[in-house]
Amino acid sequence: MIHVLYFAWLRERMGRAEEALPLPEGIATVAGLIGWLTARDAAGAHAFANPEVVRAAVNQDFAGPSDPVRPGDEVAFFPPVTGG
Amino acid sequence: MATVRVQAEPFDAGAELALLLAGRTDVGGVGCFVGVVRNAAGGRPIRAMRLEHYPGMTDRALERIAAEAEARWDLQGCTVLHRHGRLLPGDLIVLVLAASPHRQAALDATGFLIDWLKTRAPFWKQEEFADGDAAWVEARQNDTAAAARWESETL
Repeated sequence: MIHVLYFAWLRERMGRAEEALPLPEGIATVAGLIGWLTARDAAGAHAFANPEVVRAAVNQDFAGPSDPVRPGDEVAFFPPVTGG
Repeated sequence: MATVRVQAEPFDAGAELALLLAGRTDVGGVGCFVGVVRNAAGGRPIRAMRLEHYPGMTDRALERIAAEAEARWDLQGCTVLHRHGRLLPGDLIVLVLAASPHRQAALDATGFLIDWLKTRAPFWKQEEFADGDAAWVEARQNDTAAAARWESETL
């Protein structure tokens, strides 16, 4: 299983803040997971329509598209940060 | 020693300064940045600012940023506090303090801490307008440029 979290407008577009799901067959990277979520349903297609404005973290560290995702990981998707 | 906190409650900047200086007389200066909720964005009045964050990752990110400042400058302590939740115009959002024997280190470390925090800590702002509309704040190119300044600088 992986634990997936969504923040800000990604959370709104996904219609959920988090979900647990089995790591999909053949998916091993952040980019792969984005592709899978995009194809899964309309919410995913809407949330990830513009992947260049989506940032990711794996196990609470910023991660790039080619970074690995493994069973047990916490993967988060969010827009560029705007704190301060 | 860095003090890092993410909280919904208001903070008292004066009390935090006193805490940073408590029991020591070797500090030469403290740099300070306080972020405040403005009452308008792009000329449009704001009723409130909502701050969402990624619990867990936020603390790690702030601790990492504070450790980086302490590695780069001769600091005797620093404080990074960031609020989350719904804030009103005039409320304080963020506090950065950096203490050093020397003025320039204190000021530079303060600038670094707020610039890096803006691009590396997982917070997201949503503006709530007077008419009830709400919009997520978009990341600003000049924030990224301000943070990048510290990448190229040789210290």
